[in-house]
Amino acid sequence: MKIGYLVRRFLFLVFVVWTAATVLFFIPRLSRVNPIRERFAEIQRSTGYAPRDLENIIKAFETKFGLDKPLIEQYLDYMGSVLRGDLGVSLMRYPRTVVDLIGQALPWTVILLTVTTLLTFLIGTGIGALAGWPRSPSWVKGMVTPLMVLAAVPGYLLGLLLIYFIAFRAKLLPLSGAYTTGRFLGPELSIEFILDVARHAILPALSLILTSVGFWALGMRGMGVTVQGEDYVNFAEHKGLKQGRIFYWYYVRNAILPQVTALALAFGSIVSAGILVENLYGFPGIGSLLNAAILANDFFVIYGIGMITIVAVGVSMMIIDLTYPLLDPRIRYDRK
Amino acid sequence: MTSLNGAGQIALEVNNLQVTYYTDSGRVKAVDGVDLTLKAGERLGLVGESGCGKSTLALALMRMIKPPGRIEAGSAIIHTDMGSIDLLKLNEEEIRQARLSKISYIPQGAMNSLNPVMRVGKQMIDAMRSHIPRASERELTERAEQALESVELKRSVFRMYPHELSGGMKQRVCIAIGILLSPKVIIADEPTSALDVVVQRQVMETICRVQEKIHAAVILIGHDMGLMAQITNRVAVMYAGKLVEVSTVREMFTDPLHPYAQALIRSLPNLDNKGIFQGIPGLAPSLLRLPSGCVFHPRCEHAMEICKSAPPPKSVTPAGRFVSCHLYDEQGNRAHVTGHKQKPVASP
Repeated sequence: MKIGYLVRRFLFLVFVVWTAATVLFFIPRLSRVNPIRERFAEIQRSTGYAPRDLENIIKAFETKFGLDKPLIEQYLDYMGSVLRGDLGVSLMRYPRTVVDLIGQALPWTVILLTVTTLLTFLIGTGIGALAGWPRSPSWVKGMVTPLMVLAAVPGYLLGLLLIYFIAFRAKLLPLSGAYTTGRFLGPELSIEFILDVARHAILPALSLILTSVGFWALGMRGMGVTVQGEDYVNFAEHKGLKQGRIFYWYYVRNAILPQVTALALAFGSIVSAGILVENLYGFPGIGSLLNAAILANDFFVIYGIGMITIVAVGVSMMIIDLTYPLLDPRIRYDRK
Repeated sequence: MTSLNGAGQIALEVNNLQVTYYTDSGRVKAVDGVDLTLKAGERLGLVGESGCGKSTLALALMRMIKPPGRIEAGSAIIHTDMGSIDLLKLNEEEIRQARLSKISYIPQGAMNSLNPVMRVGKQMIDAMRSHIPRASERELTERAEQALESVELKRSVFRMYPHELSGGMKQRVCIAIGILLSPKVIIADEPTSALDVVVQRQVMETICRVQEKIHAAVILIGHDMGLMAQITNRVAVMYAGKLVEVSTVREMFTDPLHPYAQALIRSLPNLDNKGIFQGIPGLAPSLLRLPSGCVFHPRCEHAMEICKSAPPPKSVTPAGRFVSCHLYDEQGNRAHVTGHKQKPVASP
């Protein structure tokens, strides 16, 4: 691989991130709502406290956060501070910074979604590969249909059912949260804590896995049906290879290529994939944080999460672009 | 037999092979009672119109008929130094072992017959490894590289990917794979149909040379009568799932016995008859609704009353030619010559 290609690919990544970040900056601003005024209205509603000099206080905060400047100036300021690694302060949880809030929520989401994305990919691709293989028993081929029905159900709806039957009625698993708050003061490194987290993660993970395994299975089956009819699979059998070897090295190995691309994209979007399910289970991840930020018009938190999502998608796309030649020798970047 | 250098013992004996496809619209007898004998070192051409059952016959010998197809009856015996085996009676594991080591197949679509994500050498070693699991990597590599050399490829092809090869090179790799384990019988199913004529000829010569080297019998399937005339020792003509004539290549081109074979030879462009092309009237019948009696009678210019009702006998002439036609008696002599000849019967 040529250095020239690497450089071009990296510049492309920067361009993508910058474009997306620009769009992201202006969209929340289309709303006329003033987040600081809203915040004080909220305080007034819940506590009955109304400061006397409200207009001046709002102005003071606007000046402090730079919200009184022209939009284009705010944009340049924001882009500048992002380059310095500063994502600003949260408007709803002032004086906590966006980096702080995200840093607290991100590990939860990354752990939950990495595990579920990987499991979904493995299970779905496996079922799809078997379903597309002509020698599979018919009950295996039939498995794709119920999985597709499940895939048509949104994760949060299935989540409601799971909460009701498994957590509420049968009391087998906790209702919500990421760990038992009464038992632990905060995250700690102990076997008990990890087991507790795992127990809390089962239902959110199930809601995510069951509702998306069908897509992976369907995609893999589609490719598999095409590949199993290819001449090289036939010729492999003519060569007298064992079925297992044909299945893996000739069939799966070729059919899986588009799945791997999809997996990279899925990894890029794990930050945003579980938003609804996280909210449903009160899981302290990025999804819950984003939900709260949108409700409060907390521009800087929205921007921060958006930036992470954009960078994650862009970087995983770049990684898959750079590693794809290892999977498919027909793709190479060193040609002129 | 003419011009058969060193041909002696019988390599493959096919008796009454029958293959049926059970389709939604009915049973299709794609191969119907085929008898065939091949000697070691011999090259047999198998010709016939598209859909006459040539490829089905080849797949049946490889035991690669997939549902809804089924091998209904018959035997296909391969004679080796270690005894004889009936390919059609082997179980799954035994036939897997026999493929490539006893009978190998050189595919039609060589463009796409190699796994695109695997190096050529790995695919060759894969093939050998599944038959001789205990061989060392170095030994197999050496064997694969020798096979590549024997089909006039460089040893470096071993480390290349299929997309780095031209069509002719890919076809050569397929031939090299086919001869890796020195099989007794090689089936080449239109191995050159995807290549241009110059490369076709080179590839054909390669097949012949390696086949002579390992002294295998070859069944060459194809449409190209010119190629057949140059390459093969004997030619078998197939029509609607049945063999109608098997003769040496010289006899086939100078004095074909069966009316279909005669029409086929007449339809070839001829230097003495420039500009006049003669087709065979009518169309090949649908295998779902075969004509009664002799399947060729609706298109046959010699058709007689008996051809409409009774299937023709299988005759072998004193010279060893096979023909299946009412014009000939069991000994292959012209019979019924006094019988009233008819105009061709209109197609049903």
